Amino acid sequence: MTLADPLRPADGTARPAPSLLVRDLLFAYPDGHQALHGVDLRIEPGERVALLGPNGAGKTTLVLHLNGILAPGEGTVEVGGLPVTKEHVQEIRRRVGIVFQDPDDQLFMPSVREDVAFGPANFGLSGPALAERVEQALAAVGMTGHADRSPLHLSGGQRRRVALATVLACDPEILVLDEPSSNLDPVARRELAEVLLGLGRTMLMVTHDLPYALQLCPRSVVLDEGVVVADGPTRELLADRALLERHRLELPFGFTLS
Amino acid sequence: MGAGHAHPLHLHRDSPVHRLPPQVKIVAAFLGVVCVVATPREAFPVFGGYLVLLLGVWVAARIPVGWILRRSVIELPFVVLAVLLPITGPDPRIEWLGLSLSEPGLLGAWNILVKGTLGVLTSLTLAATTPMRDLLVGLQRLRAPALVTTIAALMLRYVDVIAGEARRMRLARIARGHDPRFLWQAGATARGVGALFVRSYERGERVHLAMLSRGWTGAMPVLTENRTTRRDWAAGLAPVAVAAALAVSGWVIA
Repeated sequence: MTLADPLRPADGTARPAPSLLVRDLLFAYPDGHQALHGVDLRIEPGERVALLGPNGAGKTTLVLHLNGILAPGEGTVEVGGLPVTKEHVQEIRRRVGIVFQDPDDQLFMPSVREDVAFGPANFGLSGPALAERVEQALAAVGMTGHADRSPLHLSGGQRRRVALATVLACDPEILVLDEPSSNLDPVARRELAEVLLGLGRTMLMVTHDLPYALQLCPRSVVLDEGVVVADGPTRELLADRALLERHRLELPFGFTLS
Repeated sequence: MGAGHAHPLHLHRDSPVHRLPPQVKIVAAFLGVVCVVATPREAFPVFGGYLVLLLGVWVAARIPVGWILRRSVIELPFVVLAVLLPITGPDPRIEWLGLSLSEPGLLGAWNILVKGTLGVLTSLTLAATTPMRDLLVGLQRLRAPALVTTIAALMLRYVDVIAGEARRMRLARIARGHDPRFLWQAGATARGVGALFVRSYERGERVHLAMLSRGWTGAMPVLTENRTTRRDWAAGLAPVAVAAALAVSGWVIA
């Protein structure tokens, strides 16, 4: 398997700024653990990309670089052409919508409506514009009727969709989903997939759920030991058993791809 | 607002009292208690007047008296303290059913009992008619420090999450043969509490990260902008006016 060069598009034509451009990203935690060893990743507007890799591969570390929560040791990150730096951090956080793994971490307000309004209000919306944004985001995830409920009284799948709405309400350039299918029952998992496919947004999905990656993301990137070790069509990557085995990935029992 | 109605101290009803803005009710409850406390303890009939006033509020709010009384048992530990006073208080003493009771102690006990009870009943009335969430909104509108209301709001949101975590940890301990009835097994419970603290702390960090990711810069955005009318204030403070009149008459007759 050869690596696709993320910096040089094959057709050579001019394109709009990529939704996400990560160049030679290096990062070490304060305790000296080197988590990222030079990551390159380019995601075009409208792409849906799965980020795969074993535990400890650096996936979460990479995600936290995308909106400037962690600052790179070396290398750059750009979102829609805007570099992730201290002075742009607020606009970057609007452009990068991270949906965290545990909705209970994300949903902290007493009612769904207030939680969905929290992000856009921070980014300067107020009054009727804010209310309209909240309505749109809740409608996009099919939770319009639950605006005044407490997140505590929602099911796991509903909470996940509300967490997605809280980020959609900020109108992000790229959605970043951390393990979106974890802890969901099969129906909620399918419903979330339908919602995600219906959004038509640029997406980076961090997951261990390989069939979910295949269903939602035409392209996958495998990260292991802090470097991108594979980047290509999801179906091809998941059919490459030797590659999967090398990086502690495997399809669930009973699944084979040819 | 639908949040918080699962709380045992809240009675989900629709009444004029329930519909009053929370800040009006907070101010009214506070001033009402101030009136009660300011009344001299010897003005016995006045305290009956306060009770009648509260009964009137309960009728308006459609709260059954039994519902309030069951929840007022929270006061019992203080009653125990009040019962001790007549026995341990100073002279002069009076004889009653063969007991030698201190007169100032008796008055002191009555003072604690009646004012405490009226205070508890007032607080219960406020809690019954105002969801917790609205209480915080009310405090916010009364310009309570934002940090305090934010912390209280987060506590309200996460107390059930943390309680759920504690319940799962307890089940996992019991499933492995832990029987917390025995004193020598208290250590495991204590370590469980420690683990729960660390977990809650870590959750706090994750919540903070998620808030930062949505552009939080340290100030909570103002999301509600309901205005309180003069009529609301007039309606909410009407019982307080009665209470104030009662307090004044207490000073006159005592």
